[in-house]
Amino acid sequence: MRLCTLCQKERAVLKRPKTGQQICRNCFYAVFETEVHNTIQENELFKRGDKVAIAASGGKDSTVLAHVMTTLNERYGYGLDLFLLSVDEGITGYRDDSLETVKRNEQQYKIPLKIVSYEELYGWSMDAIVKEIGMKNNCTFCGVFRRQALDRGAALLQVDHIVTGHNADDIAETVLMNILRGDFSRLQRCTAIRTATNETIPRSKPFKYTYEKEIVMYAYFKKLDYFSTECIYSPNAYRGYARAFLKDLESIRPSAIMDIIHSGEAWESKIEVKVNTPVDGRVIVGSCERCGYMSSNKLCKACVLLEGLNKGLPKLAIGNSTKYKREQDKRDASARARVCDPATPSGRSPS
Amino acid sequence: MGLTIHLQFSGGMELLFNNEKEKTVTLPDTFTPALATLKDLLPWMRDNLLSERAELFMQGDTVRPGILVLINDADWELEGELEYVLKDDDTIVFISTLHGG
Repeated sequence: MRLCTLCQKERAVLKRPKTGQQICRNCFYAVFETEVHNTIQENELFKRGDKVAIAASGGKDSTVLAHVMTTLNERYGYGLDLFLLSVDEGITGYRDDSLETVKRNEQQYKIPLKIVSYEELYGWSMDAIVKEIGMKNNCTFCGVFRRQALDRGAALLQVDHIVTGHNADDIAETVLMNILRGDFSRLQRCTAIRTATNETIPRSKPFKYTYEKEIVMYAYFKKLDYFSTECIYSPNAYRGYARAFLKDLESIRPSAIMDIIHSGEAWESKIEVKVNTPVDGRVIVGSCERCGYMSSNKLCKACVLLEGLNKGLPKLAIGNSTKYKREQDKRDASARARVCDPATPSGRSPS
Repeated sequence: MGLTIHLQFSGGMELLFNNEKEKTVTLPDTFTPALATLKDLLPWMRDNLLSERAELFMQGDTVRPGILVLINDADWELEGELEYVLKDDDTIVFISTLHGG
Protein backbone atom coordinates (compact mmCIF):
# COMPACT_ATOMS: atom_id res chain seq x y z
CA MET A 1 0.00 0.00 0.00
CA ARG A 2 1.29 3.44 -0.90
CA LEU A 3 0.95 6.10 1.76
CA CYS A 4 -0.19 9.65 1.15
CA THR A 5 2.81 11.94 0.64
CA LEU A 6 1.05 14.72 2.56
CA CYS A 7 -0.24 13.08 5.74
CA GLN A 8 1.92 9.92 5.65
CA LYS A 9 -0.97 8.04 7.24
CA GLU A 10 -3.70 7.08 4.82
CA ARG A 11 -3.67 5.06 1.61
CA ALA A 12 -2.88 7.19 -1.45
CA VAL A 13 -5.78 7.04 -3.92
CA LEU A 14 -4.84 9.69 -6.48
CA LYS A 15 -1.80 10.75 -8.42
CA ARG A 16 -2.13 14.49 -8.99
CA PRO A 17 -1.61 15.33 -12.66
CA LYS A 18 -0.33 18.79 -11.78
CA THR A 19 2.35 17.77 -9.29
CA GLY A 20 2.73 13.99 -9.48
CA GLN A 21 2.01 13.81 -5.72
CA GLN A 22 0.32 10.67 -4.42
CA ILE A 23 -2.36 11.63 -1.96
CA CYS A 24 -5.18 10.17 0.11
CA ARG A 25 -8.84 11.00 -0.16
CA ASN A 26 -9.02 13.58 2.63
CA CYS A 27 -5.82 15.34 1.63
CA PHE A 28 -7.15 15.43 -1.94
CA TYR A 29 -10.37 17.15 -0.83
CA ALA A 30 -8.30 19.63 1.18
CA VAL A 31 -5.84 20.56 -1.60
CA PHE A 32 -8.53 20.63 -4.28
CA GLU A 33 -10.78 22.98 -2.33
CA THR A 34 -7.90 25.11 -1.03
CA GLU A 35 -6.51 25.65 -4.52
CA VAL A 36 -9.88 26.88 -5.77
CA HIS A 37 -10.17 29.11 -2.70
CA ASN A 38 -6.68 30.53 -3.39
CA THR A 39 -7.59 31.16 -7.02
CA ILE A 40 -10.69 33.05 -5.91
CA GLN A 41 -8.77 35.09 -3.32
CA GLU A 42 -5.69 35.88 -5.42
CA ASN A 43 -7.79 37.07 -8.33
CA GLU A 44 -10.28 38.89 -6.10
CA LEU A 45 -13.16 37.35 -8.01
CA PHE A 46 -15.89 38.41 -5.55
CA LYS A 47 -16.81 41.02 -3.01
CA ARG A 48 -18.70 40.32 0.19
CA GLY A 49 -22.43 40.49 -0.45
CA ASP A 50 -22.13 39.76 -4.19
CA LYS A 51 -24.97 37.90 -5.85
CA VAL A 52 -23.32 35.16 -7.90
CA ALA A 53 -24.94 32.93 -10.52
CA ILE A 54 -23.35 29.52 -11.06
CA ALA A 55 -23.84 28.54 -14.70
CA ALA A 56 -25.15 24.99 -14.28
CA SER A 57 -25.57 22.43 -17.03
CA GLY A 58 -25.90 19.36 -14.85
CA GLY A 59 -22.56 18.07 -16.16
CA LYS A 60 -19.53 17.20 -14.03
CA ASP A 61 -17.82 20.60 -14.02
CA SER A 62 -20.78 22.72 -13.02
CA THR A 63 -22.00 20.13 -10.52
CA VAL A 64 -18.61 20.12 -8.79
CA LEU A 65 -18.48 23.93 -9.05
CA ALA A 66 -21.86 24.26 -7.31
CA HIS A 67 -20.67 21.92 -4.57
CA VAL A 68 -17.32 23.67 -4.09
CA MET A 69 -18.77 27.20 -4.23
CA THR A 70 -21.33 26.26 -1.58
CA THR A 71 -18.63 24.64 0.58
CA LEU A 72 -16.15 27.54 0.29
CA ASN A 73 -18.81 30.20 0.79
CA GLU A 74 -19.69 28.56 4.11
CA ARG A 75 -16.18 27.62 5.21
CA TYR A 76 -14.50 30.95 4.52
CA GLY A 77 -17.52 33.21 5.01
CA TYR A 78 -17.41 34.82 1.54
CA GLY A 79 -20.86 36.24 2.21
CA LEU A 80 -22.07 35.40 -1.30
CA ASP A 81 -25.67 34.99 -2.33
CA LEU A 82 -25.54 31.99 -4.71
CA PHE A 83 -27.91 31.06 -7.53
CA LEU A 84 -27.98 28.30 -10.14
CA LEU A 85 -28.55 29.50 -13.69
CA SER A 86 -29.33 27.01 -16.45
CA VAL A 87 -29.92 27.40 -20.14
CA ASP A 88 -32.43 25.15 -21.87
CA GLU A 89 -31.26 24.91 -25.48
CA GLY A 90 -34.25 22.77 -26.38
CA ILE A 91 -32.44 19.54 -27.21
CA THR A 92 -34.74 16.60 -26.63
CA GLY A 93 -33.06 13.61 -24.98
CA TYR A 94 -30.13 15.68 -23.79
CA ARG A 95 -30.87 18.94 -22.08
CA ASP A 96 -34.24 17.90 -20.72
CA ASP A 97 -32.51 15.05 -18.86
CA SER A 98 -29.56 17.12 -17.65
CA LEU A 99 -31.91 19.81 -16.31
CA GLU A 100 -33.37 17.16 -14.01
CA THR A 101 -29.88 16.87 -12.48
CA VAL A 102 -29.75 20.63 -11.96
CA LYS A 103 -33.15 20.51 -10.28
CA ARG A 104 -31.78 17.91 -7.87
CA ASN A 105 -28.76 20.17 -7.22
CA GLU A 106 -31.18 22.96 -6.33
CA GLN A 107 -32.57 20.73 -3.57
CA GLN A 108 -29.20 19.35 -2.42
CA TYR A 109 -27.41 22.69 -2.11
CA LYS A 110 -30.48 24.81 -1.30
CA ILE A 111 -29.58 27.32 -4.01
CA PRO A 112 -32.43 28.86 -6.04
CA LEU A 113 -32.50 27.83 -9.72
CA LYS A 114 -33.42 29.91 -12.78
CA ILE A 115 -33.84 28.31 -16.22
CA VAL A 116 -33.90 30.39 -19.42
CA SER A 117 -34.70 28.78 -22.77
CA TYR A 118 -33.65 29.50 -26.36
CA GLU A 119 -37.28 29.07 -27.31
CA GLU A 120 -38.45 31.97 -25.12
CA LEU A 121 -35.40 34.19 -25.80
CA TYR A 122 -34.99 33.68 -29.54
CA GLY A 123 -38.10 31.88 -30.76
CA TRP A 124 -35.95 28.94 -31.87
CA SER A 125 -35.01 25.77 -29.99
CA MET A 126 -31.84 23.90 -31.01
CA ASP A 127 -34.03 21.04 -32.26
CA ALA A 128 -35.74 23.51 -34.63
CA ILE A 129 -32.41 25.05 -35.68
CA VAL A 130 -30.89 21.66 -36.47
CA LYS A 131 -33.95 20.81 -38.56
CA GLU A 132 -33.17 23.93 -40.57
CA ILE A 133 -29.40 23.83 -40.76
CA GLY A 134 -28.42 20.17 -40.28
CA MET A 135 -25.80 18.58 -38.08
CA LYS A 136 -22.87 20.67 -39.23
CA ASN A 137 -22.16 24.12 -37.79
CA ASN A 138 -25.11 24.06 -35.40
CA CYS A 139 -22.64 24.44 -32.49
CA THR A 140 -21.98 27.98 -33.77
CA PHE A 141 -25.61 28.88 -33.09
CA CYS A 142 -25.64 27.12 -29.77
CA GLY A 143 -22.44 28.79 -28.54
CA VAL A 144 -23.48 32.31 -29.52
CA PHE A 145 -26.99 31.87 -28.17
CA ARG A 146 -25.81 30.33 -24.90
CA ARG A 147 -23.45 33.20 -24.15
CA GLN A 148 -26.24 35.74 -24.50
CA ALA A 149 -28.76 33.50 -22.74
CA LEU A 150 -26.53 33.33 -19.65
CA ASP A 151 -26.19 37.11 -19.63
CA ARG A 152 -29.94 37.57 -19.99
CA GLY A 153 -30.66 35.03 -17.27
CA ALA A 154 -28.12 36.75 -15.02
CA ALA A 155 -29.79 40.10 -15.70
CA LEU A 156 -33.16 38.61 -14.72
CA LEU A 157 -31.64 37.33 -11.48
CA GLN A 158 -29.95 40.71 -10.98
CA VAL A 159 -26.67 39.06 -10.07
CA ASP A 160 -23.28 40.82 -9.91
CA HIS A 161 -21.27 37.95 -11.26
CA ILE A 162 -21.44 34.68 -13.22
CA VAL A 163 -19.10 31.75 -12.55
CA THR A 164 -18.67 28.96 -15.08
CA GLY A 165 -17.22 25.48 -14.68
CA HIS A 166 -14.54 25.86 -17.37
CA ASN A 167 -11.53 23.86 -16.23
CA ALA A 168 -7.83 23.90 -17.17
CA ASP A 169 -8.40 21.28 -19.88
CA ASP A 170 -11.20 23.35 -21.45
CA ILE A 171 -9.03 26.46 -21.52
CA ALA A 172 -6.06 24.61 -23.00
CA GLU A 173 -8.39 23.19 -25.65
CA THR A 174 -9.64 26.67 -26.48
CA VAL A 175 -6.08 27.99 -26.75
CA LEU A 176 -5.29 25.20 -29.24
CA MET A 177 -8.43 25.88 -31.25
CA ASN A 178 -7.77 29.60 -31.44
CA ILE A 179 -4.22 28.93 -32.65
CA LEU A 180 -5.45 26.41 -35.21
CA ARG A 181 -8.01 28.92 -36.48
CA GLY A 182 -5.65 31.90 -36.35
CA ASP A 183 -8.12 33.71 -34.11
CA PHE A 184 -5.70 35.97 -32.23
CA SER A 185 -8.35 38.23 -30.86
CA ARG A 186 -9.95 35.28 -29.03
CA LEU A 187 -6.55 33.81 -28.19
CA GLN A 188 -5.85 36.95 -26.18
CA ARG A 189 -9.08 36.76 -24.27
CA CYS A 190 -9.53 33.03 -23.74
CA THR A 191 -7.03 32.60 -20.93
CA ALA A 192 -8.41 35.45 -18.81
CA ILE A 193 -9.82 34.18 -15.53
CA ARG A 194 -12.27 37.04 -15.48
CA THR A 195 -13.87 38.87 -18.38
CA ALA A 196 -14.60 42.51 -17.82
CA THR A 197 -16.53 44.68 -20.20
CA ASN A 198 -18.51 47.76 -19.41
CA GLU A 199 -21.63 46.23 -20.92
CA THR A 200 -22.00 42.81 -19.40
CA ILE A 201 -22.00 41.09 -16.06
CA PRO A 202 -18.45 39.93 -15.13
CA ARG A 203 -17.75 36.25 -15.64
CA SER A 204 -15.08 34.15 -14.11
CA LYS A 205 -13.65 30.66 -14.09
CA PRO A 206 -12.71 29.51 -10.58
CA PHE A 207 -11.55 26.16 -12.09
CA LYS A 208 -9.06 27.81 -14.48
CA TYR A 209 -6.19 25.92 -12.85
CA THR A 210 -8.12 22.77 -11.99
CA TYR A 211 -7.48 19.63 -14.01
CA GLU A 212 -10.45 17.78 -15.40
CA LYS A 213 -9.09 14.54 -13.96
CA GLU A 214 -9.32 15.98 -10.45
CA ILE A 215 -12.82 17.33 -11.02
CA VAL A 216 -13.98 13.90 -12.14
CA MET A 217 -12.18 12.18 -9.24
CA TYR A 218 -13.67 14.67 -6.79
CA ALA A 219 -17.17 13.98 -8.13
CA TYR A 220 -16.50 10.23 -7.97
CA PHE A 221 -15.18 10.16 -4.39
CA LYS A 222 -17.86 12.57 -3.15
CA LYS A 223 -20.52 10.62 -5.07
CA LEU A 224 -21.86 13.81 -6.64
CA ASP A 225 -24.81 13.40 -8.91
CA TYR A 226 -24.02 14.55 -12.46
CA PHE A 227 -25.23 13.96 -15.98
CA SER A 228 -22.85 12.66 -18.60
CA THR A 229 -24.44 12.07 -21.96
CA GLU A 230 -22.79 13.73 -24.91
CA CYS A 231 -24.81 16.38 -26.69
CA ILE A 232 -26.60 14.55 -29.52
CA TYR A 233 -25.70 17.30 -32.01
CA SER A 234 -21.99 17.63 -31.25
CA PRO A 235 -20.23 14.67 -32.96
CA ASN A 236 -19.01 16.90 -35.78
CA ALA A 237 -17.63 19.60 -33.52
CA TYR A 238 -14.10 20.80 -34.16
CA ARG A 239 -13.49 20.92 -30.42
CA GLY A 240 -13.64 17.12 -30.20
CA TYR A 241 -10.47 16.82 -32.26
CA ALA A 242 -8.62 19.43 -30.21
CA ARG A 243 -9.75 17.56 -27.12
CA ALA A 244 -8.53 14.16 -28.29
CA PHE A 245 -5.18 15.72 -29.22
CA LEU A 246 -4.89 17.39 -25.82
CA LYS A 247 -5.70 14.12 -24.01
CA ASP A 248 -3.00 12.34 -26.04
CA LEU A 249 -0.48 15.00 -24.99
CA GLU A 250 -1.60 14.78 -21.36
CA SER A 251 -1.07 11.01 -21.32
CA ILE A 252 2.55 11.55 -22.34
CA ARG A 253 3.16 14.56 -20.10
CA PRO A 254 0.44 15.77 -17.70
CA SER A 255 1.92 19.26 -17.46
CA ALA A 256 1.01 19.80 -21.15
CA ILE A 257 -2.32 21.30 -20.04
CA MET A 258 -0.77 23.98 -17.84
CA ASP A 259 1.96 24.53 -20.45
CA ILE A 260 -0.60 25.28 -23.15
CA ILE A 261 -2.46 27.71 -20.88
CA HIS A 262 0.85 29.45 -20.19
CA SER A 263 1.55 29.57 -23.93
CA GLY A 264 -1.82 31.23 -24.47
CA GLU A 265 -1.06 33.78 -21.77
CA ALA A 266 2.40 34.49 -23.18
CA TRP A 267 0.99 35.22 -26.62
CA GLU A 268 -1.35 37.73 -25.17
CA SER A 269 0.69 40.87 -25.51
CA LYS A 270 2.65 39.91 -28.58
CA ILE A 271 0.03 40.37 -31.23
CA GLU A 272 -1.81 43.57 -31.94
CA VAL A 273 -5.52 43.15 -32.33
CA LYS A 274 -7.38 46.28 -33.22
CA VAL A 275 -10.91 45.42 -32.12
CA ASN A 276 -11.89 45.41 -28.46
CA THR A 277 -8.60 46.73 -27.12
CA PRO A 278 -8.80 47.15 -23.37
CA VAL A 279 -8.70 50.74 -22.13
CA ASP A 280 -7.76 51.06 -18.46
CA GLY A 281 -8.32 47.33 -18.11
CA ARG A 282 -11.83 47.49 -19.51
CA VAL A 283 -12.91 46.60 -22.98
CA ILE A 284 -15.00 49.28 -24.61
CA VAL A 285 -17.52 47.90 -27.03
CA GLY A 286 -20.62 49.18 -28.76
CA SER A 287 -24.05 47.67 -28.56
CA CYS A 288 -26.27 45.88 -31.06
CA GLU A 289 -28.72 48.27 -32.63
CA ARG A 290 -31.43 45.65 -32.67
CA CYS A 291 -31.31 44.02 -29.23
CA GLY A 292 -28.90 46.26 -27.28
CA TYR A 293 -26.52 43.40 -26.40
CA MET A 294 -22.82 44.34 -26.50
CA SER A 295 -21.34 44.08 -29.96
CA SER A 296 -18.43 45.53 -31.87
CA ASN A 297 -20.56 45.51 -35.03
CA LYS A 298 -23.91 47.09 -35.84
CA LEU A 299 -25.70 43.83 -35.13
CA CYS A 300 -24.58 41.33 -32.54
CA LYS A 301 -23.71 37.82 -33.65
CA ALA A 302 -26.95 36.37 -32.27
CA CYS A 303 -29.09 38.88 -34.20
CA VAL A 304 -27.17 38.12 -37.41
CA LEU A 305 -27.69 34.39 -36.88
CA LEU A 306 -31.36 34.93 -36.07
CA GLU A 307 -31.84 37.08 -39.14
CA GLY A 308 -30.43 34.26 -41.24
CA LEU A 309 -32.73 31.72 -39.60
CA ASN A 310 -35.80 33.90 -39.93
CA LYS A 311 -35.05 34.62 -43.59
CA GLY A 312 -34.48 30.97 -44.40
CA LEU A 313 -30.73 31.56 -45.01
CA PRO A 314 -29.37 30.03 -41.83
CA LYS A 315 -25.80 29.77 -43.12
CA LEU A 316 -25.67 33.55 -43.52
CA ALA A 317 -23.36 34.24 -40.64
CA ILE A 318 -21.15 31.22 -40.39
CA GLY A 319 -17.88 30.54 -42.08
CA ASN A 320 -17.16 32.09 -45.44
CA SER A 321 -20.47 33.75 -46.06
CA THR A 322 -19.76 35.78 -49.21
CA LYS A 323 -21.95 33.48 -51.26
CA TYR A 324 -24.81 33.74 -48.81
CA LYS A 325 -24.47 37.52 -48.57
CA ARG A 326 -24.76 37.70 -52.34
CA GLU A 327 -27.84 35.51 -52.19
CA GLN A 328 -29.30 37.68 -49.48
CA ASP A 329 -28.58 40.88 -51.40
CA LYS A 330 -30.37 39.41 -54.40
CA ARG A 331 -33.41 38.62 -52.25
CA ASP A 332 -33.38 42.06 -50.67
CA ALA A 333 -33.11 43.69 -54.07
CA SER A 334 -36.10 41.79 -55.40
CA ALA A 335 -38.05 42.57 -52.22
CA ARG A 336 -37.30 46.26 -52.68
CA ALA A 337 -38.34 46.09 -56.30
CA ARG A 338 -41.68 44.64 -55.24
CA VAL A 339 -42.23 47.24 -52.56
CA CYS A 340 -42.15 50.51 -54.49
CA ASP A 341 -42.68 52.82 -51.55
CA PRO A 342 -39.22 53.21 -49.97
CA ALA A 343 -40.78 54.07 -46.61
CA THR A 344 -42.35 50.63 -46.27
CA PRO A 345 -40.12 48.34 -44.27
CA SER A 346 -39.20 45.16 -46.04
CA GLY A 347 -38.22 43.17 -42.99
CA ARG A 348 -34.77 44.67 -42.83
CA SER A 349 -33.80 47.89 -41.16
CA PRO A 350 -32.40 50.49 -43.60
CA SER A 351 -28.63 50.60 -43.66
CA MET B 1 -12.79 -21.29 -10.71
CA GLY B 2 -11.70 -18.24 -12.69
CA LEU B 3 -11.11 -14.79 -11.22
CA THR B 4 -14.19 -12.77 -10.36
CA ILE B 5 -13.92 -9.08 -11.19
CA HIS B 6 -16.43 -6.30 -10.53
CA LEU B 7 -16.55 -3.73 -13.29
CA GLN B 8 -18.18 -0.30 -13.09
CA PHE B 9 -18.74 2.22 -15.85
CA SER B 10 -19.65 5.89 -15.53
CA GLY B 11 -19.25 9.36 -16.97
CA GLY B 12 -20.67 8.12 -20.27
CA MET B 13 -18.49 5.00 -20.40
CA GLU B 14 -21.56 2.86 -19.77
CA LEU B 15 -22.90 3.86 -23.19
CA LEU B 16 -20.23 1.64 -24.76
CA PHE B 17 -21.13 -1.30 -22.50
CA ASN B 18 -24.83 -1.92 -23.17
CA ASN B 19 -25.69 0.99 -20.90
CA GLU B 20 -24.81 -1.15 -17.88
CA LYS B 21 -23.22 0.73 -14.98
CA GLU B 22 -22.06 -2.38 -13.17
CA LYS B 23 -21.16 -5.87 -14.21
CA THR B 24 -19.54 -8.73 -12.35
CA VAL B 25 -17.63 -11.11 -14.60
CA THR B 26 -15.90 -14.43 -14.09
CA LEU B 27 -12.81 -14.58 -16.25
CA PRO B 28 -11.99 -17.73 -18.25
CA ASP B 29 -9.15 -20.05 -17.25
CA THR B 30 -6.80 -18.37 -19.70
CA PHE B 31 -6.46 -15.71 -16.99
CA THR B 32 -3.97 -17.32 -14.64
CA PRO B 33 -4.35 -16.10 -11.05
CA ALA B 34 -1.28 -14.16 -9.83
CA LEU B 35 -0.16 -13.66 -13.44
CA ALA B 36 -2.99 -12.11 -15.46
CA THR B 37 -2.86 -8.31 -15.59
CA LEU B 38 -5.02 -5.41 -16.59
CA LYS B 39 -3.27 -5.55 -19.94
CA ASP B 40 -4.98 -8.91 -20.51
CA LEU B 41 -8.32 -7.73 -19.17
CA LEU B 42 -8.78 -4.73 -21.49
CA PRO B 43 -8.79 -6.65 -24.80
CA TRP B 44 -10.99 -9.34 -23.21
CA MET B 45 -13.49 -6.65 -22.22
CA ARG B 46 -13.33 -5.19 -25.71
CA ASP B 47 -13.98 -8.57 -27.34
CA ASN B 48 -16.55 -9.89 -24.89
CA LEU B 49 -18.37 -6.99 -23.26
CA LEU B 50 -18.14 -3.91 -25.44
CA SER B 51 -21.31 -3.27 -27.35
CA GLU B 52 -20.07 -0.56 -29.71
CA ARG B 53 -17.25 1.59 -31.00
CA ALA B 54 -14.10 -0.13 -29.73
CA GLU B 55 -12.02 2.92 -30.74
CA LEU B 56 -13.73 4.93 -27.99
CA PHE B 57 -12.55 2.43 -25.36
CA MET B 58 -9.04 1.43 -26.40
CA GLN B 59 -6.16 3.05 -28.20
CA GLY B 60 -3.23 0.70 -28.81
CA ASP B 61 -3.04 -1.70 -25.88
CA THR B 62 -4.38 0.73 -23.28
CA VAL B 63 -7.53 2.73 -22.61
CA ARG B 64 -8.19 5.79 -24.70
CA PRO B 65 -6.64 8.92 -23.15
CA GLY B 66 -9.31 10.73 -21.15
CA ILE B 67 -10.69 7.56 -19.56
CA LEU B 68 -9.93 7.36 -15.84
CA VAL B 69 -9.39 3.95 -14.29
CA LEU B 70 -9.66 3.15 -10.60
CA ILE B 71 -8.59 -0.14 -9.06
CA ASN B 72 -10.29 -0.82 -5.73
CA ASP B 73 -11.09 2.90 -5.49
CA ALA B 74 -7.54 4.11 -6.17
CA ASP B 75 -6.16 5.81 -9.27
CA TRP B 76 -4.67 3.08 -11.48
CA GLU B 77 -1.58 5.28 -11.95
CA LEU B 78 -0.71 4.29 -8.37
CA GLU B 79 -1.30 0.61 -9.02
CA GLY B 80 1.00 -0.03 -11.96
CA GLU B 81 -1.57 0.69 -14.70
CA LEU B 82 -1.48 -2.09 -17.32
CA GLU B 83 0.96 -4.14 -15.25
CA TYR B 84 -1.46 -4.43 -12.32
CA VAL B 85 -1.91 -8.11 -11.42
CA LEU B 86 -5.60 -8.98 -11.14
CA LYS B 87 -6.84 -10.40 -7.85
CA ASP B 88 -10.07 -12.20 -7.13
CA ASP B 89 -12.90 -9.84 -6.16
CA ASP B 90 -11.16 -6.69 -7.51
CA THR B 91 -13.35 -3.72 -8.40
CA ILE B 92 -12.28 -1.80 -11.49
CA VAL B 93 -13.99 1.46 -12.42
CA PHE B 94 -13.84 3.15 -15.81
CA ILE B 95 -14.92 6.80 -15.99
CA SER B 96 -15.00 8.78 -19.18
CA THR B 97 -13.99 12.43 -18.89
CA LEU B 98 -14.69 13.05 -22.53
CA HIS B 99 -18.32 13.94 -22.03
CA GLY B 100 -19.52 17.49 -21.72
CA GLY B 101 -19.35 19.46 -18.54
